[in-house]
Amino acid sequence: MVTRYLLTALMAFSQGDISAIWLTVKLASMVTLILLCIGTPIAWWLSQTRSWLKGPVAAVVALPLVLPPTVIGFYLLVVMGPHGPIGQFTQALGIGLLPFTFWGLVVGSVCYSLPFVVQPLYNAMSAIGSRPLEVAATLRAGPWQRFFTVVLPLCKSGFLTAAVLGFAHTVGEFGVVLMIGGNIPQETRLVSVQIYDHVEALNYTQAHWLSAAMLVFSFVVLLALYSLTATKSTVGARREPD
Amino acid sequence: MSQIEIELDLPLSSGFRLALSSQMPGQGFTGIFGPSGSGKTTLLRFIAGLQPCHSAILKVAGQYWQQGKQCLAVHKRPVGYVFQEASLFPHLSAQGNLDYAIKRAWPGKAPQVSDMIELLGIGHLLKQFPHQLSGGERQRIAIARALLINPSVLLMDEPLAALDEARKQDILPYLQALAGEIAIPVLYVTHSVSELSKLADEVVMLHKGRVKAQGTISEVGDALGFSDPQHPFSILPAQVSQTHPHWKLVSVQCHKARLWLADSALKPGTPVRLQVQARDVSLSLSAHQDSSILNIVPAVVDNMLNQEDGMLVRLHSDAGPLWAKISLRSAEHLQLHQGQRLHAQIKSMALTR
Repeated sequence: MVTRYLLTALMAFSQGDISAIWLTVKLASMVTLILLCIGTPIAWWLSQTRSWLKGPVAAVVALPLVLPPTVIGFYLLVVMGPHGPIGQFTQALGIGLLPFTFWGLVVGSVCYSLPFVVQPLYNAMSAIGSRPLEVAATLRAGPWQRFFTVVLPLCKSGFLTAAVLGFAHTVGEFGVVLMIGGNIPQETRLVSVQIYDHVEALNYTQAHWLSAAMLVFSFVVLLALYSLTATKSTVGARREPD
Repeated sequence: MSQIEIELDLPLSSGFRLALSSQMPGQGFTGIFGPSGSGKTTLLRFIAGLQPCHSAILKVAGQYWQQGKQCLAVHKRPVGYVFQEASLFPHLSAQGNLDYAIKRAWPGKAPQVSDMIELLGIGHLLKQFPHQLSGGERQRIAIARALLINPSVLLMDEPLAALDEARKQDILPYLQALAGEIAIPVLYVTHSVSELSKLADEVVMLHKGRVKAQGTISEVGDALGFSDPQHPFSILPAQVSQTHPHWKLVSVQCHKARLWLADSALKPGTPVRLQVQARDVSLSLSAHQDSSILNIVPAVVDNMLNQEDGMLVRLHSDAGPLWAKISLRSAEHLQLHQGQRLHAQIKSMALTR
């Protein structure tokens, strides 16, 4: 049943659809990797600091949750454009301008999906508390060892959640993509934009196939995520009382 | 002999300041005793480096751990720390928790892992994960872990407080065995007098962030015995002089007096500590030769304290200082006054070590 659907779907996808899917997967994987690298130190700092900067930084990280994607896209266009600071920097480096390129999309998606990675990491890191780290310190573990031998293993499920959410949210973006990526085949035309194109062109069958694929993908991802967190809490409940 | 020198001034969450200038011995069990909020835990955390202090002096075995603002990081201090809750790493098995310490142990003559496992009786627990262990078992693993890092100072923060009475009795023998074997100083925070009298050689009494008394158990015995004015007691150091198996008794020499103790296992010459509760001491004007009470010692009234539920009498007896709690009626009947000579009858006493 499932294989038959997949086969029919694959046959139903046009060359353009396939390249949009491939581009989306490439973008989402790259963005997830970058976000785990950037998000981990941010989440760690937020969970440990007592500085007054914690509030402002947390608010900035969470901004994409509430702002319309068009606003983010607009500001990114401005700063990455020929007169913006990032634009001038990339021009000076000889890379050229980022808007309407794949790398522009990467930068935009990193900003847009940041809270979806930082939030689960921050929650997991705060939940550890200070005690395991104090124990590790009295057992001669320096700051890096404490992070790799205590924080990472204790936050495993937080990292998994963060990666899944970051990936899925990047796959699902549309507004930011349209603002800073445009609609260039093989460069910036992602699945969400491709669906938009199909609908514009009254290509409803094609739109159906791609939309259904997105629907199934999102459902499977969320199902996996929730069953994952559910198993974790039953393990916790098995703990014997003292 | 290595020694611990401390000088610090630190605000406590209870509103007091922990201000002390103290030296602690470089060997044996030192009990840090006081009511909650007196700064015991803060003191221990300061020594480990977990509690920052802007300006302080901490010198251990001739090496500065903190001098003014200069402060050695926690992971660079050769301490072993046992927290009130075992705080094992939940993602590692018991063996994994021990390995974490073994891998990072300080250089020097390290304790044998197998000896430690035997001493604490944890051999059968090593494959288990922390959530599969009971509170007492977890705490024994935590103690082994703290020792296997091969520390120069062992810090123990009420390691028994989170356990129920039965589990406490499980661990105490292990701690007593440890006290007999360990070559490094152990700072043991507790608010339990019985743990203190069983384990400690030296006692530092903290009260509202200050050192109220410091010395060996018999030196601070007075202050210690009066730490709860409602239930005062005396601690009398003594030595077994003779066994009397046919009576199932031993006689002990306690200061100038000879006392009888119901115990037949002790050998002559063994030093012991006796704990006598004030409510177990009664007074009489003459030495009753016709009494069934074994221990009657001559005493002089030193002081009297009127309490709500009776009269607390402080005595200088031939066995050492004693507290007696008697009814107000008896006090009136005996016409108690300072300097009065009488006889203290000790109805029962506990052997604490």
